[in-house]
Amino acid sequence: MKRLTASQLIVVLVMALGLLAVCLGIGLAVGPSGASFGSVLDVLAHPREPGPLADIVWRVRVPRLALAMGVGASLSLAGVIFQALLRNPLADPFVLGVSGGAALGGIAVLALGAAWGMGPEAAPFAGFAGALLATLLLYSKSAVGGRVSATPLLLTGVVFNAFASAAIIFVASLAGLVDGARIFLWLIGNLSLASLDVSIAVAVFLGLGLAVALGLARSLNLLALGDEAAEHLGVAVEWHKRILLLATSLMVGAAVSVSGLIGFVGLIIPHFLRLLLGPDHRLLVPASAIVGAAFLVLCDTAARSVLGGRELPVGAITALVGGPLFLVLLRRSQTRAWGSP
Amino acid sequence: MSLCIDEVRLSLGGHPVLRGASLEVEPGEIVGLLGPNGAGKTSLLRVASGIRPPDAGRVAWSGRSLGDWPLRERARQLAVVPQECHVPFPFRAGELVLMGRAPYQGWYSLESPGDVRRARAALERMGIAHLANRSIADLSGGERQLVWIARALVQEPLCLLLDEPTAFLDLAHRIEVLKVVRELADQGCAVLLVSHDLSLAARSCDRLALLSEGRVAAEGSPGEVLDPVHLRRVFGFEAQVVEGPDGFPLVLPEILRR
Repeated sequence: MKRLTASQLIVVLVMALGLLAVCLGIGLAVGPSGASFGSVLDVLAHPREPGPLADIVWRVRVPRLALAMGVGASLSLAGVIFQALLRNPLADPFVLGVSGGAALGGIAVLALGAAWGMGPEAAPFAGFAGALLATLLLYSKSAVGGRVSATPLLLTGVVFNAFASAAIIFVASLAGLVDGARIFLWLIGNLSLASLDVSIAVAVFLGLGLAVALGLARSLNLLALGDEAAEHLGVAVEWHKRILLLATSLMVGAAVSVSGLIGFVGLIIPHFLRLLLGPDHRLLVPASAIVGAAFLVLCDTAARSVLGGRELPVGAITALVGGPLFLVLLRRSQTRAWGSP
Repeated sequence: MSLCIDEVRLSLGGHPVLRGASLEVEPGEIVGLLGPNGAGKTSLLRVASGIRPPDAGRVAWSGRSLGDWPLRERARQLAVVPQECHVPFPFRAGELVLMGRAPYQGWYSLESPGDVRRARAALERMGIAHLANRSIADLSGGERQLVWIARALVQEPLCLLLDEPTAFLDLAHRIEVLKVVRELADQGCAVLLVSHDLSLAARSCDRLALLSEGRVAAEGSPGEVLDPVHLRRVFGFEAQVVEGPDGFPLVLPEILRR
């Protein structure tokens, strides 16, 4: 009888960390400055030696990679949690509109916060408030009879995202941020705001979310079978759901409030890993966080380098990969019993 | 150690479904819950398993109200076999059976060898050991039902509630399931079983309870409960009840013939 074993857990996590290390190496070495990997390694080995390349590595690439890791892991993990709680493999913080709420909260503080005496450090909390609001809306609209059906769920998400995008444009215009390119970057999601402070904020909330999700990983398995089945097996359903939703909203709020609407990471990574590893959340939760981090590092490296000197927003890359995948999954969910809407 | 359902009332959407239902299940006995569609059988089972607190009345297991039990402790004593359960992810049958050990495990621990041994034994007992590594999505309705029963077995319950556990099964598998349930009862488990098959319930249960419009209309031995007058009043059909060659009552409904 196949089941999750300690050795499988260790092997998978070591491999995932190895993948992350490779992606980080690529991210460090690739960039418009054209420095060789060897010289970048040299800079990393001597962190106190100044120089033009040291500036690029320490001030540009390292903060950016750190933020890409934090945001990628947060979005991917949030996807896993939403999919289990809503019992639907199509759930993702972007598709559900939770990212939209968080982005709205984030931009409201960035654009208008100064008037109320709030600095950019308040953005993650505003993002959290927006994410929580969107999550509650989602739950109240779509949880019918204990089973969440896909159609109202996705409709609520799509409509809420459209609303949030409009509100983001409105808020930004109100604040005089008429620079269309910046709003556009925010709506599609990018990592150009990267700094070590921002990365640390994202990492703190990610750590919290990861701790909660790991602690409740077995509950996620049982909650995926439905509230009644979970309670029959001893899960304090309402409590566990609340804690998970709160932690997820915090995580998404922090990640999105500094990066905008990077979509589909929470769909692509959990889906891919479930195919590879199976649906057990004790393995899926840590693996999704690590591989999600690696994935966004890779996507951002591509975004920084495919057009030579010009930079693409990373959200464009994830959406180009994730959009078609979403359609494939939607189609399959209509033909297979376990994903029926 | 008995399950006591006492004057339970429940309304769903303003409509009363249980109107003072009372029933007791003793350790070692199988009580069959019969009744027409909409009589409140599934609602009574949900109240009896603690999922729905009743609007009025009390459900107690072992003298203690279900709501007062810590959930994990309750799940070690009371197991439920649902009619069907939607599984949104491709869990394997073996993994789902192992989940029955959840009330015995810590927050993030892997299954112990003892857990695995119990799950394997339960799969073998239900005759589905060969399905252990198959995804639940690829199993038939009947095979899935056997998985849910196996999951309840590894909970090692003292009280087992089954909601039409044999609905999707062929006769051979129905008999096998009822044998397993009887073995559990012989080990001291209190069993409450919802069924639509009157004659099979009569052969497999120690007592029957007839639920009608949210109340227990008749209760007693199969011979007492399966009586043409009760059947006409509760189910609204005419039937003869004869004694089979082995002494169990057989319900023979009158069906219009050409």
